[in-house]
Amino acid sequence: MNDFSKPVPVADSDSAPFWEGCRAHRLMIQRCGSCKTPRFPPMRTCPKCHSTETEWFKASGRGTVYSWIVVQHPVPREVYGQDVPYVVALIDLEEGVRMVSNIIGLDPHAISGNMPVEVTFEEGQGGVVLPKFKPREA
Amino acid sequence: MFTLRDKYAIAGIGETAYTKNSGTTVLNLAVEACQKAADDAGVPVEEIDGIISYNFGDSVPAIGVATALGIPNAGYAVDFAGGGNAANLITLTAAAAIEAGLAKSVLCFRAMNGRSGFRLGGGREFQARGITQYTAPFGWITYPQAMAMWCRRHMIEYGTTAEQLGSVAVTFRENASLNERAMQRERITMDDYMASRFIVEPFRMLDICLESDGACAVLVTKAEHARDLKHKPVYIMGGAYGGGPNQGEDLFDAIRWPDHSQNYAAYIADDLWRSAGVGPSDVDVAEIYDCFTYSVIMQLEGFGFCKPGEGGPFVASGAIKRDGSLPLNTHGGLLSEAYIHGLNHVLEAVRQLRGDAGPRQIADAEIALTTAGAMTCGSAMVLRA
Repeated sequence: MNDFSKPVPVADSDSAPFWEGCRAHRLMIQRCGSCKTPRFPPMRTCPKCHSTETEWFKASGRGTVYSWIVVQHPVPREVYGQDVPYVVALIDLEEGVRMVSNIIGLDPHAISGNMPVEVTFEEGQGGVVLPKFKPREA
Repeated sequence: MFTLRDKYAIAGIGETAYTKNSGTTVLNLAVEACQKAADDAGVPVEEIDGIISYNFGDSVPAIGVATALGIPNAGYAVDFAGGGNAANLITLTAAAAIEAGLAKSVLCFRAMNGRSGFRLGGGREFQARGITQYTAPFGWITYPQAMAMWCRRHMIEYGTTAEQLGSVAVTFRENASLNERAMQRERITMDDYMASRFIVEPFRMLDICLESDGACAVLVTKAEHARDLKHKPVYIMGGAYGGGPNQGEDLFDAIRWPDHSQNYAAYIADDLWRSAGVGPSDVDVAEIYDCFTYSVIMQLEGFGFCKPGEGGPFVASGAIKRDGSLPLNTHGGLLSEAYIHGLNHVLEAVRQLRGDAGPRQIADAEIALTTAGAMTCGSAMVLRA
């Protein structure tokens, strides 16, 4: 498989600390510098109090599975053919934000709603490190 | 809120064949459907002065279609950037434009080579910039993958089952078997549904709509104008468009949506029914946006046909069959007739209210609901004979 044909995240002025954190195996989340509300994805202005003061913190990496899917039919086949079945999930971090990721390290059919998971970092193509999730003890 | 109850009407409808390979251009499809809608109403295209459409970069500009039709002065020509959420929105907007004096009669169309040309469901190789950097690198790319995530949440919350999803697929195919335009007319059983292969769990192949080449169009005029035309007018009683908070930039960015077990319908239902002056129990037939089986369940709950969490048992009860309390998608829907992004639902509602639905006719159908949208935003109309 040509890994390089997968979508490669391109960091921008808002997301650079997130992807730099991943490379250092730290799950970095942005929060408002004024009202301290965490947000994901990162952006300049707080949707809650409209402050443009921002700060970053290292998240615990613990969360629960809000929802998940098991991809069986690869689209496109030449890119994902060797990966199926794979799991994409919405993860609710305990800090109060939700993110998209993959759940790895268990049979997809052993996943259940609200299952506890924790972050793990996986080296991808082009030096990209993606935050993924694996089961944890509650 | 839409405040033009019964002042505007759908005076004409037109459509092409629905196929996997039209063998022609999107422009030609659009022109054919629009010309047929004008002819159906008995309005010369020279008298039409408005045209509106919606697209995902897969269609032709409305003004180009006006040009090809020979409309001399399309003073109101609008292209809305959107998909399944827009079918009713453009129709409501046509009425609003006429009310504002921007036009006298407006063609609303959707045209696409959705199978032979630009396939909306296909993944693409790309650099994940902007909002997609947080979603696509995890292999979350296609529409079925996006909607399956919502469906799973409904299963977690309410125990919704595969058989309940399957009852939607089986019912709509049964309806399509009576529709000569439908792309898929062969009846299926629950066993067929359960045996169909998983594309992205919890969705099987038969949970997912078709890909189609084709076009359809409706002509909107003032009600008093429509009464002088060829067909009995179908009046726009009410309508609504919108959604809830945190819709994000696209359907994958909708991860901040508050509750993935309910969609836009829950947010626009009050406006819809208030604008129409009727409620769910008054609806004789409903054409519900069915890009996936599951989207039907969420909309039935959101629009108040049943309570949250009861959509699964409701569809499995037989209530949605032609002889049930709420006949749904009498043409077969996006699942079995064609995927013309929901505008084909409006055409079917018009046929039902005219009494022109042939073997699919719901007896004494006087009020119809049409909806468009599956996730964070959408539009709906209540129509009457």
